[in-house]
Amino acid sequence: MTALDTLGDSILGTPAMPLARPLDPVTLAVLKGRLEQIVDEMDATLYRSAFNPIIAEARDACHGLYHAETGATLVQGGKGLPIFVGAMAFAVKAVIDKVAEEAAAGRAVLAPGDVFLFNDPYLGGTHLNDMRLVQPLFRQGRLFCWLASVGHWLDIGGNVPGGFNARATESFQEGVRIPPVRLARAGVIDEDIVAILAANSRVPVSNRGDLAGQLNALDLGEKRLNALLDDYGEATITAAFDAFTARAEALMRDAVAALPDGTFSFEDFLDNDGIVDTPLRIALDLTVAGDRMTLDFSRSSPPCRGPLNIARSTAVACCYVALKHVFPDVPANAGCLAPIDFVIPETTLLGVSAPKPVGGYTETILRVIGVVFGALARAVPERATAGPFGTINALSLAGHRDDGSRFVMFSFYGGGLGGNPESDGLNHANNPISTATIPPVEILEAAYPVMFTQWALRPDSAGAGRHRGGLGAVYEIEVLAKDGADVFLLGERGRFAPFGVGGGLPAALNRFSWQTDDGEASPPLASKVTDVAIRQGRWVRLETPGGGGFGLPHERPPALVARDVRLGYVGREAARALYGVALTEAGEIDAAATAKLREGAEA
Amino acid sequence: MSVRASGGSIVGVDVGGTFTDLFCFDAASATFRTAKVPSNRGDEAVGFLAGLECFGAVGELGSIVHGTTVGTNALLERKGARAGLITTAGFRDVLEMRRRDRRHTWGLWGDFVPVIDRDLRFEVEERTLADGTVRVPVDPDAVRAAAQALIARGAEAVAIVFINAYANDANERAALEAVRSVWPNDHVACSSQILPEIREFERTSTTALNAYLQPVVGSYLAKLERALASSRFGGPFHIVQSNGGVMSTATARRLPVRTALSGPAAGVIAAAAIATAAGYPDVITGDLGGTSFDVSLVTGGATALAAQTTIDFGLVVRTPMIEITTIGAGGGSIAHVDKGGLLQVGPESAGSRPGPVCYGHGNDRPTLTDANVVLGRINAERPIGGALARLDVEAAREAIRHHVGEPLGLDPMAAAEAIVRIADARMAGAIRLVSIERGHDPGRYVAVPFGGGGALHVCALIDDVGLKGALVPRFPGVTSALGCVIADIRHDQVRTLNLTLDGLDAAALDARMVAEAAEVRDVVAGAGLPVERIDIVFALDMHYVGQTHTVEVPVAVTVRDGATGVTEALVRAAFERAYLTAFSRLLPGLGIRIVSLRTTAIGRRPHFDLTALAPPADASLDAARRGARPVWFAGRWHDTAVWSRLDLPVGAEIAGPAVLEQPDATTVVDPGLVARVDRFGNLIITRAGRH
Repeated sequence: MTALDTLGDSILGTPAMPLARPLDPVTLAVLKGRLEQIVDEMDATLYRSAFNPIIAEARDACHGLYHAETGATLVQGGKGLPIFVGAMAFAVKAVIDKVAEEAAAGRAVLAPGDVFLFNDPYLGGTHLNDMRLVQPLFRQGRLFCWLASVGHWLDIGGNVPGGFNARATESFQEGVRIPPVRLARAGVIDEDIVAILAANSRVPVSNRGDLAGQLNALDLGEKRLNALLDDYGEATITAAFDAFTARAEALMRDAVAALPDGTFSFEDFLDNDGIVDTPLRIALDLTVAGDRMTLDFSRSSPPCRGPLNIARSTAVACCYVALKHVFPDVPANAGCLAPIDFVIPETTLLGVSAPKPVGGYTETILRVIGVVFGALARAVPERATAGPFGTINALSLAGHRDDGSRFVMFSFYGGGLGGNPESDGLNHANNPISTATIPPVEILEAAYPVMFTQWALRPDSAGAGRHRGGLGAVYEIEVLAKDGADVFLLGERGRFAPFGVGGGLPAALNRFSWQTDDGEASPPLASKVTDVAIRQGRWVRLETPGGGGFGLPHERPPALVARDVRLGYVGREAARALYGVALTEAGEIDAAATAKLREGAEA
Repeated sequence: MSVRASGGSIVGVDVGGTFTDLFCFDAASATFRTAKVPSNRGDEAVGFLAGLECFGAVGELGSIVHGTTVGTNALLERKGARAGLITTAGFRDVLEMRRRDRRHTWGLWGDFVPVIDRDLRFEVEERTLADGTVRVPVDPDAVRAAAQALIARGAEAVAIVFINAYANDANERAALEAVRSVWPNDHVACSSQILPEIREFERTSTTALNAYLQPVVGSYLAKLERALASSRFGGPFHIVQSNGGVMSTATARRLPVRTALSGPAAGVIAAAAIATAAGYPDVITGDLGGTSFDVSLVTGGATALAAQTTIDFGLVVRTPMIEITTIGAGGGSIAHVDKGGLLQVGPESAGSRPGPVCYGHGNDRPTLTDANVVLGRINAERPIGGALARLDVEAAREAIRHHVGEPLGLDPMAAAEAIVRIADARMAGAIRLVSIERGHDPGRYVAVPFGGGGALHVCALIDDVGLKGALVPRFPGVTSALGCVIADIRHDQVRTLNLTLDGLDAAALDARMVAEAAEVRDVVAGAGLPVERIDIVFALDMHYVGQTHTVEVPVAVTVRDGATGVTEALVRAAFERAYLTAFSRLLPGLGIRIVSLRTTAIGRRPHFDLTALAPPADASLDAARRGARPVWFAGRWHDTAVWSRLDLPVGAEIAGPAVLEQPDATTVVDPGLVARVDRFGNLIITRAGRH
């Protein structure tokens, strides 16, 4: 990366060097660590005290510090869910706008101890399950910055337990939508609001526990940040915030400038919107001009009837996630989006407003992230990352335990990451939008009347390549509840497989099935289905995609292919047909036959 | 071979990557000796014995306690045994699927190779449900067939892990019998023996890693035992565990996974004991090595234990280990200015080979040690370790000028000072992480640096973190070996119970606690080292029903007349206290559950009188004086007194700026601070005017 080094030096050499001179580099480095620790500790507090496994185990939550006037991200935790990292700034901005409106109308004044709560996805991005708490931090009577916490609540009403209603055509079918409201005034919680929340969920105790956990995290953040401000003073911390933002911007400009100029296009498809069985196009024209980048999604499909739409703020947030994965050294704050321009017309499914349903937003943003990877792969093929498995498979089993109590077992499932210049893709990973770990089988079986009969890697699910994709998984669940269970799935990649790069092949498709009286069945819409009644003793099975392959499969060393066959990652047939490697009965490489197979392919 | 009655001496042996450190204490005469010999990587028994021979005839020694990194290295370098795994049908991939995590939050590259390959993982039909019901009994013939297949594939060890075995271990036990019936092998274990706790990945990983280590640690111990026997040593030989306690070699062979942090744990134990004896029970230990800075918190004389540790991505060990926070900042950490214009120190390190620029072994990128040399803090003429004649100050200065000074517009001295400040800040950050960020007031704590480099930076840590002061042990370089000598004997056990607190059957819980206590007590009593008494400590992992994480709830009861006296009210009060400490609010009205019971037996070793380490009575300030040299502090050179640290008498007070040198460490006392020699020979450093 000589070009990058040279350019970096030239930028740093100019008088307009973005490093904030007023703060010495030592203090800056110290403050960076202290501030990140505060936010990391907020994350940890919520994970440990949350009630629902989606936060406690899967870490579907995030905390940060945000700019007083703009809401821009100042500091973000290292473990927070990546997609929230991008989206939270929009959420804080929504609260800032609300406060300004109220003040203008003379209705209310922002005070220390106020806490705002909301889940409106059209204002803050993502979907209704993500409950946001936003709290001002005052210093000497003035607003200094905002603290925010977001976490995925298990159930907020709507037609489908756990949200993820694959058949929603309006947000009203997805759950209760809450605009920014004051949950607390001057430190006193409004129990009326808590009561409204409780009345609108199938699992009020879980939500109450998660709310307490988020308040714990905000308490802790406020205490720690105040202590830091006492130590260093407001002016120093403000200067540090400015310097972090400038630094992120400088690093992102470096990274963009190192790419060749030009327009690079890539497109991929969603299976359908859950209502109409037509593919939805996600198309990106990525243009690099010097140290600026434009991401133009104009050629994408129009808004759809089902829940696969997203709001503009969500689209921007997921592009940020994609870029951060490609350029992991650029710090996570608002500065890194400064050199990026977005074209996201309201006439596409990526820029919708209320009440268009957005509950399946996860699938759409995964496809958006994929096309950013795909377009960058065309710009810099040697640094390409193949498509990750690209679906969260939101699977919900709901019903009643034998004692009559209601249960909702809801989880996201894993798959393979894409092959890349460094390695094969990771087997059974989480999606790029998250750092979520999966709940243990034993925790799920202790909590819900189910029994897993398989929790395994899925052979031949990875895209072939010089570096193959990571493997997807097979999960098979038997229902133990006497009255059976109703099953809901919102997934993707049932029709369009994760792509390969540089000659690498696509991975396997996603597949969902369940046991019936006369065999098994799969959803007509591939990976989306609601209200499937499963009787006691019957199974449902989810088979997830691996990641796409990197580079030509015929360039994979035969010894590695033989190992893949020995370990059962790749079948003999695939070894021969896709990799051009022939094996003997004993699994040894048949060198002559392999040479012939590979020759044939080149000819 | 007979146990020698004469053997009053106990030797602690800490085998590190470069040196083997030894500490020998003779109880009868209350005297001690230390030794440092090169480690012999690959055949540690050679260095081990050579070290012991420094103290005379090995056969005359009383007992030996060993802190080892053989387990850690086997894990980090993936040099464990060829192991096999037998699992419930449908679950052989749990080990490889992990908890569906990935290596880094940002960036999707990199893969994972489990310690047991997929073709050595076999499935058998069997199933236990979450409530302990056996739905499908295990078929011993199928298990035997799997065992035969593993033998055929060259496996040396086997782990058996069945789903929900924490709730009922009947199928696992039956499978264990079946394997043993065709394969008499000490290296066969089932998960309910190793970790009878809920969460299949953590249990599988811990059991598999144990199997992976068993042959390696077993043969290492056998080699040492053979060497000791050939030297006519017949006394007890023990191993330090990651929890800071000592165990018998028999236990270490059965549970080698508990040695993963054996070496570092011994150092923390010694630091805690030294500081507690000196009147400072609240301590933050800091071990500054070549590539890393390891920090651990000691409160009220007790070390902090983590329930689970990730050794490397995907390698999870769930057993109590001393909580050691590591950051990539050591003497060899490289300083550079990144593309955003920010000075960084580490995590990239020049290690000990080629090492810092001043070593002259070919590295030209400046390190923290180079900055210390340029600033005059390290004596370039007398390097520690004795391998080098002198350090190349000029080369270090040039490297700092070029790589740090120029990009930042600083002169070389200012740049060197900035490197030290950044490193100080990172170390301070690590200390803050384990103290302030967990709600501990740093003003109550003293830093205890050990290893070679910690005492160079300890003054800055006092100021940056607001610590009460620092305590530099008299022999920082052999702290871990000393820890081996004074560590208590310890055994931890966990058992998942899943009991609801409302309407708790206290009698059943009591019976369980009494039984667990008897088991752990037997392990400690069987270790064969003299102890003054055996303490039993109980804790419950608890939460509100619906949560998945738990808080550890200490339960202050002991077994008397075959009962603990535990009650529902006592447990509830203990839970609420622990919960409020961890989080800011209780959740009244919600159900509470006891998830697991943790039981620990601690065999308290006879008191070790640390005044044995004190300087001789005839030491004097005059004899300790070594002149002065210029040292750079806060932007200018200071004429700085130099002292021979070991020659300082008890009660000596040295005001900063000062440099205190000894063969295995250098202590820098900054201006405005003062160092005092206490009656154990420790240096107590505080801000001037405070004691």
